[in-house]
Formats: sequence, C-alpha cells, structure tokens
Amino acid sequence: MTLHSDSILQVHGLSKSFSGVKALDEVQLNLRRGEVHALMGENGAGKSTFMKILIGLLTPDDGEILFEGNVLKNNDVNNILKQGISMIHQEILIVPELTVAQNIFLGRESTQWFSSWLNDRDINQQAETLLQQIGLEVSPKTKMKYLSVAEMQMVEIAKAISNNAKVIIMDEPTSAISDKEVATLFTIIKDLKAKGVSVIYISHKMDEIYQIADTITVLRDGKYIGTKSAAELDRKSLITMMVGREINTLFPEKSSSKGEVVLSVKNLSQRGKFDNISFDVHAGEVVGIAGLMGAGRTEIARAIFGLDTFSSGEIVLKGHKINIKSPRDAIKNGIGYVSEDRKGVGFIPALSVKHNITLASLSNHTKWGMIQDKSESAVATQMINDLKIKASGMDQKVTHLSGGNQQKVVIGKVLLATPEIVILDEPTRGIDIGAKFEIYKLINELTIKGIAVLVISSELPEILGMSDRIVVLSKGKQTALLSKEEATQETIMKYAMQH
Amino acid sequence: MNNYFTQLGNSTKQRARGMGQYGIFIAFVVICLILSLITPKFLTVSNWTIIVTQVSINALLAFGVTFVIITGGIDLSLGSMVAVTGIVASLLAHPDDYPVIVPVLAGLLAGVFMGAFNGTIITKSKVPPFIVTLGTMTIGRGLALILSKGRPVSNLSDSFNFIGGGSIFGVPFPIIVLIVAFVVCSVVLKKTILGRYIYAVGGNEQAAKASGIRVNKVKMAVYTICGGLAALAGILLTSRITTGQPNAGASFELDAIAAAIIGGTSTSGGTGTMTGTLIGALLIGVISNGLDLLNVTSYYQQVVMGAIIIGAVVLDGWNQSAAQR
Repeated sequence: MTLHSDSILQVHGLSKSFSGVKALDEVQLNLRRGEVHALMGENGAGKSTFMKILIGLLTPDDGEILFEGNVLKNNDVNNILKQGISMIHQEILIVPELTVAQNIFLGRESTQWFSSWLNDRDINQQAETLLQQIGLEVSPKTKMKYLSVAEMQMVEIAKAISNNAKVIIMDEPTSAISDKEVATLFTIIKDLKAKGVSVIYISHKMDEIYQIADTITVLRDGKYIGTKSAAELDRKSLITMMVGREINTLFPEKSSSKGEVVLSVKNLSQRGKFDNISFDVHAGEVVGIAGLMGAGRTEIARAIFGLDTFSSGEIVLKGHKINIKSPRDAIKNGIGYVSEDRKGVGFIPALSVKHNITLASLSNHTKWGMIQDKSESAVATQMINDLKIKASGMDQKVTHLSGGNQQKVVIGKVLLATPEIVILDEPTRGIDIGAKFEIYKLINELTIKGIAVLVISSELPEILGMSDRIVVLSKGKQTALLSKEEATQETIMKYAMQH
Repeated sequence: MNNYFTQLGNSTKQRARGMGQYGIFIAFVVICLILSLITPKFLTVSNWTIIVTQVSINALLAFGVTFVIITGGIDLSLGSMVAVTGIVASLLAHPDDYPVIVPVLAGLLAGVFMGAFNGTIITKSKVPPFIVTLGTMTIGRGLALILSKGRPVSNLSDSFNFIGGGSIFGVPFPIIVLIVAFVVCSVVLKKTILGRYIYAVGGNEQAAKASGIRVNKVKMAVYTICGGLAALAGILLTSRITTGQPNAGASFELDAIAAAIIGGTSTSGGTGTMTGTLIGALLIGVISNGLDLLNVTSYYQQVVMGAIIIGAVVLDGWNQSAAQR
C-alpha cells in the first residue's frame, strides 16, 4: 500500500433507477492500486446494484467509471472481465461435475493460448501453478463437487487471478466459511495486495473489515455517505455512518432468569457427523453452540428437530424422553427451528408474508379443513407488528423482502407454533446490522417469556454476546461446556481447534 | 427510507405480475372478439354450448393436473386413466345390469386407485413423477386393453348415456359437471389447508417439511385427486361416445398440461390458479373451434396450438423478468 497509491478505478456520479426508484444516487468511489477497500452499508444500501454495474451486469443511468484512466462505457460482462475486473459472488457459481481446472478455465478453453482442441493437460498444469500460488492443496483434476465451500471460493480467486484481474470484488466471502479458512483467505488477500491487485470487499462483519481493509466507503439508501481510512474510523462512527443513527450497545442487556431444564440432549451421536453430545437448556436461558465449519453444529440441530436421524442417544423434553421422527413431531413437542439455510429450508418464496408466517400453525385456523381467513390474518398482523417486519402488507411475497425481514418471517412462523425451545441456526447470517440488533432483542424477549433458546453461530462475538453457556464442538466432539464467565474468544477457539 | 425503497420497488413488481395473470384473459377476449368479427357463427349460444361441452373433458383433466403441477410434479398417465376408468364403467353399464350409480362409482374408484398408486410410487420410491407416470401411462393403456379384451365396449344403458349426452333445463350435463368441478377445485386450492400445503410443497419442499407439513401426504392427495378427476373425464367421454374405447384418451394429458401452463401454472411448482387453467382450456377450445369454423384443416390447427403454448410461456417469462429488472 505504500508503493502504489495511484487510482485504478474511479467512479463519479453513478446513478441507477429501477422503475423510477433511485437505487443509486450519485455514488462515487476511488479505488487505489493494491488496496483493500471495504464497501459497507445495510442491506438495500445499493452495494449489489453498484457492483453489478461495475462488472457490466447492469447499465447505469448516469455517471462515469474510469478504469486505469479510460472510460468504461457500454461494456458487457465478458469485456469487463477481460479488462481485469472480476467478482467472487456470495453464492459461488461453479459447475460441480467439472474438475477444478475445467472450472477455472471455463469459457476460455479454446482461446489462442491453447490449441483448438480441449487440452486438459495444459489447463491442469496452469491450474496447478495457480493453486500453488494461492496455497490451495487440491488436485486440479478433482471434481468441483468434492470441494468445501471455502475451497471453491479459493478456486474462484484462482480463476480471477488467471483472468489477470486487477480489481477483485468479493461479496460476503466469509459468510459460509470457518474462522480458520477466513485466516487463509486473508493471507491470500494480502498476497494479492502485495502484487498490486485491488480488492473491493463487501461484508457485514466488523471484525473482518478492521482486520483486512485499508479504506472504507459507506453507502446508505443508495447515496454515498463517505470514505475514510480504516485506521481513522472507529466502529461506533462506522455504524453511525451506515445506519444514520447511533447504536450504543450491539448486544442488548439480558434480564431473564433461568428456570427448569427444558431440553436435555444425552449422548447424542450420528455416525460420521457428531459423537456423544450432551447438554441441557433451561427455560429463559440461551445456550450457544460454537465450533468451526464441519464441527457438526447444524447437524445436531437438524437431528434434534427431526430433519435428520441420529444413531444413538436421547432427547429429553421437560423430563420425558421423546421420539422425534420428523419436523412435525418436533413442532408438536414444542421445538422450533430457524435454519441457517433461510432460502432452502426457511421460507417459501412464492407465498405471501401472511401465508409463510402461519404455515407451521395453520391447523389452528381451520374448520373442517377450510382456512378461517379472519383468524389467520389476525395472528399474522399481530406477529408482523410484534417483530416489526417491514413489508408493504401481509400479502407481499416474502421473496421481495430484505434478508433481515425474511429472517423475521421465518422466526415468526416458528414462534406461532408456540415452541418451548427455539433453535436458531446462524440467525443473523447475511443480514444488516440494524436487523441483527433487532434479532438479538427478540432473543432476549423470548428468554423473558421463559422460552429456552439454543443459538448456533459462526460469529464468536455473537455467541459471546448472547449466550449464558457455550457448548464448543470440534470435529463432531464436544470439547467444552463453558459458562459466560469462562468464555472468551481465545478459550472458545482453543477448544474449537482441539481435536 | 430503506423500507420506502423496497416498498415502491415491490409494488411495481406486483403490478407487472398481475398484468401477466390478466394477460391470458386479455388474449382470450381478444381472440374471441376477432373470431366473432370474422365468422358470425362463432358468437352464438349453440356454438358456445358445443365449445364448452367439448372443453369439459380437457378442463377436468387440466384441473387435476394443475394440483399436481403446483406441487412441482407432473402426471402423464391422465389419458390412460381416462381409458381405464371408461372401460371399467362401460363394462358395468349395460342395460338392465346395475343402476347407473354402480358403473359411475366403479369408474371413479378405479381412477382414485390409479391416482393413489401413482402417489404411492412417487412418494415411496423418490423416482421423479415424470418417470413414474410415464410407466403408469403404459401400464394403464395395457390394463384398458386387457379389461376390454382389445374391443370397444358398446350397448350401454340410456341412463349411463345421459351423463355425457343429456341436458338439464337445456344445459348439457357435462357443462354442469365442469362448473361444479371448477368451483370445488377452486375452493380446495384457495380456501382449504390442503390447498395452502399444495402451494407450500411446490414452492419449497424443504421449507414445507420444516414447517411440519407431511409432504408425502400432500403429494398422495394431489395424485389421488388427479386420478379421480381423470375418472370423471373418462366417464363423461365414454358416455358421450356411448362406447368404452380402450384407445380413448390417448395424448389427452398433453392438452391438459397445455391448458394448465397457458393458464399460468409454472412447471417449476408453487404457482397456478384454477381460473387460469379454466381459461387456458377454454382458449384451446375456442381456437380449435374458430379454426374449424374457418375451415382450417386440423394439420394447421396443431401447428397453431403448439405455437400458442410456447408463446404463452415466453410471454409469461418476459413479464416476470421485466418485473425483476
């Protein structure tokens, strides 16, 4: 960063409207060579629209983009890629049945650099070099589907490098990878910087931003708010810039008291996934489950909820051993589950907010199989107000809501089934900081009502901020059960990496 | 402020979506207008009675397959179920054999049984519905030939022949069946818990399961209902042609699926309405009737029909992507 401080990408007065609504309003950006530039803002701030314009997926209404001093205009995706701007998408775009090398060189198999025949040996060699460069230890001949999410991401980075990318945009690159893998990613980013590559880094995770970013640009409601050096901008001011108001404490004060044991997991095992897991959750208590990716956290939650089976062990609810074969059984027994996979397991995009919210408790609003619209609408309205779900109305389709509001719809659905224990799996993944805070408040309100809460999260500050006790897993084994007093980031990581 | 943006954006999206749903209705009205201008015979009570009577069988099948397609499935065995149920009914419908209720109930039972069979195989084996019903399509055709010994079953009682050929107060009985079936199917889809679950299963099966919905039961229900409606169509057809034909109903499933798709039911599941399907079936009927009146040969009619199916889906796709851009 010391050597190269000239601009590689300059954006002035960029605007874009959708059906008359301004999604971007005179946005600017100055990206210097070899810097990591964080782009921050709540969901809906215009980050995605901005990035889509940069990579040529959308055409701006107004404004100017200068790349290496030349105006980028009327460019399509391929052209911009060739010029040296690559994007690593949040949802990784790969062809699972092709090999790593074939994925890296997809669409470029028969350019002048290769013979016009498919030459797998050549691309394998090139891929090998690339993979070494970023320190990824997989064979270029491995099929993509056998890689972990983190490895796939690194392959995408290798692909960007092979495209001679001078600017790499990373959209929430750490949303699905473990802390250890994040460290590897950051090493790669630092290498890229050293080679003069610039990175535009989009993330909601504050800790990461301060670890990796040199400069921070904030957008809010489609408008440019400001650009500051990361060293000069403290967290509080950053949050203020993002939300336009102050959030004093990230984690609200808890005021619930611990009641009787609600859920008892005894020696729960699932072959190859987790082994001999035991813990209790009391009424009004939040128990956190921490661990690296692949430690078996989600698998335990899915087994308790009846989405998967387990091979041995017991689940005891309020002193009675229960036999859960399906989510239906779990819901009937008072267990609620908010999945980490909001789109896959959480909500039904084509249904309205109302219909999603009442889906798990719909039989409470039927007579002779006929849905009683009045009573359904009444509880839906109540829940929408309670959870402050922002929607144009209860008949709006959930797919059109922001991530945070979609999550609230799923939570609302779970709560309407009147659970005694709620399992929240990555409840704030991919949602903005304002909505995060509201979800934390909501968790507190649940505990005040005497509901037991089990929280799974990859974000250690979140686990530490919310939990009364923390179960730490490592490779499917329970390595610690820490009290709030014992738990620090360091102790959790120590146990999470203990094998 | 943030919310304000999403709200505006979404209301435009919904408006565009709504236009897409009216699109098929507008197309239907426009085509009717054009036809009534070109040929005076088109807009007469007698012609419309013919159209709706002819449409009734396809519409019944289309209602059934709409349920199935909304769950993300498909049923290719409709035509064979029409044949089997028609043969079963006709075998019991000779004069002085049994009261008319017996062949009707037997036909319905046969359809319900075959639909439930489809549902059972699909839910237990996890084999895609396309493959399962492709198999039962062939099985059904074979059964129809076995039961009838390969010959048409004729000499049916007058009371049985009334079902497809008779009228009440001048309204052909098939039209009455159509209207009742439409109302019942609409209510089931829109107002009952089963209907909601059908949308949920097709919209996101995993999320439906995680909401405590017994996904397999819902699937069983839609294939069984589909079989029952196919039986109704089979009985109507057999009665109208006053013969049980083992080769009846061949490729009827394609017209039924076409009606559902033209009416806005998405083959990827989760969306669709009975009203749309009814209009889709009427559109197919009106176009073939209009082309008949204009003396267009049936060869050209097929070309036109195919183009309309593709056109309807392309238009819907444009509508949706325009709404999202």
